[in-house]
Amino acid sequence: MTYSDIVLELINNDDRYIIMTSENRAAFRSLPPLIKNNFVDTGITEQTMIGMAAGLALRGRTPIVHALATFLTMRAFEFIRTDVGIANLPVKIVGAVPGFLSDGNGPTHQAIEDVSIMRGIPNVNVFCPADEDDMITGLKTVFTCPSPFYIRYNTAKAVVEHGKFEIGKAEVFGNGTDVAILVYGFLFGESFKAKQILESKGVSVRLINIRTPKPVDEETILRSVDECRLIVTIEDHFITGGLYSILAEVLLRNRKTAAVLPFALMDKWFKPGMLNDVLNFEGFTAEQIAVKIINQISIDH
Amino acid sequence: MKKQNLLELKQTSMRVREHIIRLSGNGGCFIGASLSCADLIVYLYKEFLNVSKETLNDPERDYFFLSKGHDVPALYGTFVELGWLEKDRLNNHLKTNDFIYWHPNINIPGIEFHSGSLGHNLSVAMGVAMDCKLRKQKNRIVVVVGDGELNEGSMWEALLVASAYKLDNLLVVVDRNQFQANMKTEDLIPLKPLAKKFEAFGCKAKKVNGHNFEKMDELFETFPFEKGKVSVVIAETVRGKGLPSIEKRADRWFVNFKEEEINQLLKELHGAKKTKLTSETIVAR
Repeated sequence: MTYSDIVLELINNDDRYIIMTSENRAAFRSLPPLIKNNFVDTGITEQTMIGMAAGLALRGRTPIVHALATFLTMRAFEFIRTDVGIANLPVKIVGAVPGFLSDGNGPTHQAIEDVSIMRGIPNVNVFCPADEDDMITGLKTVFTCPSPFYIRYNTAKAVVEHGKFEIGKAEVFGNGTDVAILVYGFLFGESFKAKQILESKGVSVRLINIRTPKPVDEETILRSVDECRLIVTIEDHFITGGLYSILAEVLLRNRKTAAVLPFALMDKWFKPGMLNDVLNFEGFTAEQIAVKIINQISIDH
Repeated sequence: MKKQNLLELKQTSMRVREHIIRLSGNGGCFIGASLSCADLIVYLYKEFLNVSKETLNDPERDYFFLSKGHDVPALYGTFVELGWLEKDRLNNHLKTNDFIYWHPNINIPGIEFHSGSLGHNLSVAMGVAMDCKLRKQKNRIVVVVGDGELNEGSMWEALLVASAYKLDNLLVVVDRNQFQANMKTEDLIPLKPLAKKFEAFGCKAKKVNGHNFEKMDELFETFPFEKGKVSVVIAETVRGKGLPSIEKRADRWFVNFKEEEINQLLKELHGAKKTKLTSETIVAR
């Protein structure tokens, strides 16, 4: 099943669903002729699209709005906050090519503050699937729940089999106690490989696929803080407002602290290029992640 | 228009103006723009819109959006006159025990959507208009926008899309009072020729005196102005209409009048001489 199949099935079963785009049809090219009235392309107009989505939602529809993550979350930010957030309308905001996935486009196209700004809006939840399978596993729940949601679209090939999806529940791989790696989105794949490298060197790891940074699975995070010696956060996002910040908030709320090693973009945009080269340049390959973690462990002990 | 209706419209709009004036103390309100669109709003609710207290949630009702949300005293005043809102609730203006403040809130019966940030409600109304069309319902969707609001790029972006989707169940009414916050529109960001701008964006635009009920009636009866096109009414109005002491004044955009000024203004509304305003002028933006 693909993203497109899920949208088609939802619309075929329930006329309330309507897919909208500001001319970013790549994810569902074959759909328009099949769904006619439930497909709206507003042209390159993110603000108008979100406003219209709010209006459609007022009439009982559930619009799924699909556009490039950077323009959708930032050009139309105030529309999302004001028309969707304040009214708490069931609009599903799907941001395409988020984070490193914008590879060669350059900083204009780098949505690396999207999690921060979307989760900052009251009522708006956030789903960052690890890969295509994870996205497919979670989409139906996210699309059919009554709250507004931001979804970081991700069709990366899965390296694991994902379990049942529940909003606000993280997915845990392994029960290691040396290191807990917290990750959301596309970098799950590199993190999984890093876990294997670390384990081959005798480091015990648990990998936590956060899935929904909002609402976040506080219980799973706190358990890993209690049971593991080092907490690692990995995200293709600015260091501000993303997973590292979420962890800090969880720790502070619970009067705890931890040894934390963050992998994030440190107040800078990333070097544009082909995806694998970008990962290598910015230090986010599995090998680079594993080496940094091992170094940190040896410093700490 | 029947004489009886005309008389009732005039009397209603007078009472709405009284509500607006009473809301202009104890924290104040945007009086100038509220008075410019009072006649328009009264006309639309009394004569044009197919909506009543009983049909406020009927999916086939007509919709009204006040995109220039700071004029909400005119809207709440009208709701009081329609019997949708208890008059006493206006005393809750700016009190935290109610939802009555400087911009519309959906907890007040009759408010379809909140506004306040300019350039939003047109696209929200378009979503409603599109859904009504998809369901083959006959609702008419009216959006009142400000002329100053037309500075916002999102207005013109939305019109491009509304024209592309041929939303001819949509009626955009511009409260053309010639002012934006602190300046005359033509002195800051000129809009002329405004009708031509709308037509260039695919709409059918017509002008009317926004204080003349008979002229408004003649024009609104012809809606939709052209099949397949968004209808636009440029309602030529006067900022502060009804109170010569504040009419067409840039410095009386937002006011917070004292009780004695309010009492004088209520008399001025009914023909007494100009009020001597002593409270300081406020630049709210």
